Amino acid sequence: MTPDLVQQLSNVLHQVSGYIYPNEVELQWGLLVVVYPYITGLVAGAFILASLERVFNVKEVEPTYRLALLTALAFLLVAPLPLLLHLGHPERSFEIFLTPNLHSAMAMFGFVYAWYLAVVLLLEIWFDYREDMVLWARNERGLRKWIHLVLTLGATDISEKAVAFDRKAVRLITIIGIPSAFLLHGYVGFIFGSVKANPWWSSVLIPVVFLFSAMVSGIALVLMIYLLTGLVRRSFEMTCLDKLASFLFYALVVDFSLEILDFIHRLYEAEESIKILGTLISTRLFLSLVVLQALAGTALPLICLAFVSPAFGRRALVRFPEELRRLLYLASATLIQIGIFSTRWNVVIGGQLFSKSLRGLTVYKMELMGLEGFFVSVLLLAAPFVILYILVKILPPWKDLPAASVPEHAPGD
Amino acid sequence: MSTQANRAQAEPESLQEISHDRREFLKQCAAAAPLLLAAISMAEGAAASTPDATYKPEEHYYGMGVDVNKCIGCGRCADACKTENNVPREPFYFRTWVERYVLTTDGETVVTSPDGGIEGFPPTISEKGILRTFFVPKLCNHCANPPCVQVCPVGATFITRDGVVLVDKDYCIGCRYCIQACPYGARFLHPVTHTAEKCTFCYHRVVQGKVPACVEVCPTGARIFGDVRARSSPLARFTRFNEIQVLKPQLNTEPKVYYANMDGEVR
Repeated sequence: MTPDLVQQLSNVLHQVSGYIYPNEVELQWGLLVVVYPYITGLVAGAFILASLERVFNVKEVEPTYRLALLTALAFLLVAPLPLLLHLGHPERSFEIFLTPNLHSAMAMFGFVYAWYLAVVLLLEIWFDYREDMVLWARNERGLRKWIHLVLTLGATDISEKAVAFDRKAVRLITIIGIPSAFLLHGYVGFIFGSVKANPWWSSVLIPVVFLFSAMVSGIALVLMIYLLTGLVRRSFEMTCLDKLASFLFYALVVDFSLEILDFIHRLYEAEESIKILGTLISTRLFLSLVVLQALAGTALPLICLAFVSPAFGRRALVRFPEELRRLLYLASATLIQIGIFSTRWNVVIGGQLFSKSLRGLTVYKMELMGLEGFFVSVLLLAAPFVILYILVKILPPWKDLPAASVPEHAPGD
Repeated sequence: MSTQANRAQAEPESLQEISHDRREFLKQCAAAAPLLLAAISMAEGAAASTPDATYKPEEHYYGMGVDVNKCIGCGRCADACKTENNVPREPFYFRTWVERYVLTTDGETVVTSPDGGIEGFPPTISEKGILRTFFVPKLCNHCANPPCVQVCPVGATFITRDGVVLVDKDYCIGCRYCIQACPYGARFLHPVTHTAEKCTFCYHRVVQGKVPACVEVCPTGARIFGDVRARSSPLARFTRFNEIQVLKPQLNTEPKVYYANMDGEVR
């Protein structure tokens, strides 16, 4: 046994208030398990945003369609990593596929993930990009040509009929994709919501709250990426940003309402656990729940978006100049990200800070180094952006560049 | 030898005969001793490595009774458990532990379990009047409807046919979902094997017809182990003659650790 762990647990023991079961001194799910639902939430949210354009024909957000899909893919590729790193025996993780316990919610992870990655995201991206990839491959040389040619998987027919089929396929996959995205993140919520031993988690609302907070975080992320890449490329459509901000506002309203419902419901029912949960919120979770999640991450952006975005009609309540509007959108989206990360923190960590004896509170000591540490989590959160950068280089999502005009050769060609 | 010979001379004939017989007997015993020891050690070896060949799991269904009134909080059960099962000695890992409840006259309940009760408990110094105090031994409840078994993604934790919840440490992936799912705090992640750990009712002993280590060492007989269903078992007798409660019955886990004389404050 590592002396570090003993030292760490001894320190925790001194900060316990009230009574906790002796086995509860070690907190089981740390920062990595906070990162996991945060990332899957971004995936689901970004995908649902992409689906808006395809299924509900919201033309204004069309410029973000491909970007949202690639963002979802980049984050989905990283999603299983925090879980894998967290396992006591990662080398045995494949057992989840080979001998899953069908009664276990967690055993479904592999299947839900594989379904979403292979059947939904990869397929939709492939069908959507196929025509462009064929065109790019025709006009390119060297490595890029080969990459695009290989990615077409040999399907180079871009006759009108074939392209029409692609469009139909994309639409069908999107229709399957929306419930799949709901499944992906609703399922993550279910993993927590179905633990009857834990009154903080055990709630039928948790999967629904997870879902809407996923949409909020996903839309906010795509908005941020679209805005920042737009600034770099010096091209974005303000109508698109306005529409994104409006959607962000709607999703935030639903998310906030659900959270409030959950809160009031608990308060009104005042079950056995209410005392310890009250103490939990007013002490250990005050900063992350009241300040970061509720005030900074929800109330503030809600007010801001209500006035700045055209959420209540064609015009915003207060007309701000474009530049300021962009800044306020960016600030709101950033606050929302902090808020949603805090939400995940409050669920995962918060749910383990009180004893199941309902008689005491413990503390969480975040490590800096080590697999479960701060730096690994930062790396995991940065990795999707690196992947996204590569994806954008291979599959440019910008529609303002017609396919024919793209054949800029790589500098080395 | 010389003193014995002197005594023999002084003793009457009949006694000499007896003494002679005794000497012969002891000689024979000494000669047979290595054989006897070998037989005992063989039996021990066989018992340690394999369960009783006649053991049939389907004929048993185990549970444990705990008489709260009998527990004196000595913590020998928790200590014996750590020794018997090689549980890490650090005070963060327990298969069983003892809690002390102090109920004050103004309605407060103070619960403690320093080092699981292994070193005993400090005196109950309270400024408020003490209404009652009592000790409650805790362990895995070997639930008939165990949430830990339900949530294990790979089926590494399971119920044996004789009603014991076990973990296969060669199969456990260390996801810790079972630890989260247990309402009783009875599980932990072993810091060396990185797999889930819990009370096994000393399964290795039980299949040899012995009782768990904690039951064996309890000086007051506060823990009763046995068959839940068999009419003649000590546990069946215990549940027949006591009013029984289980922990957190509202969670429908159907625990098989039965508490007698337990206060409503215990959870």
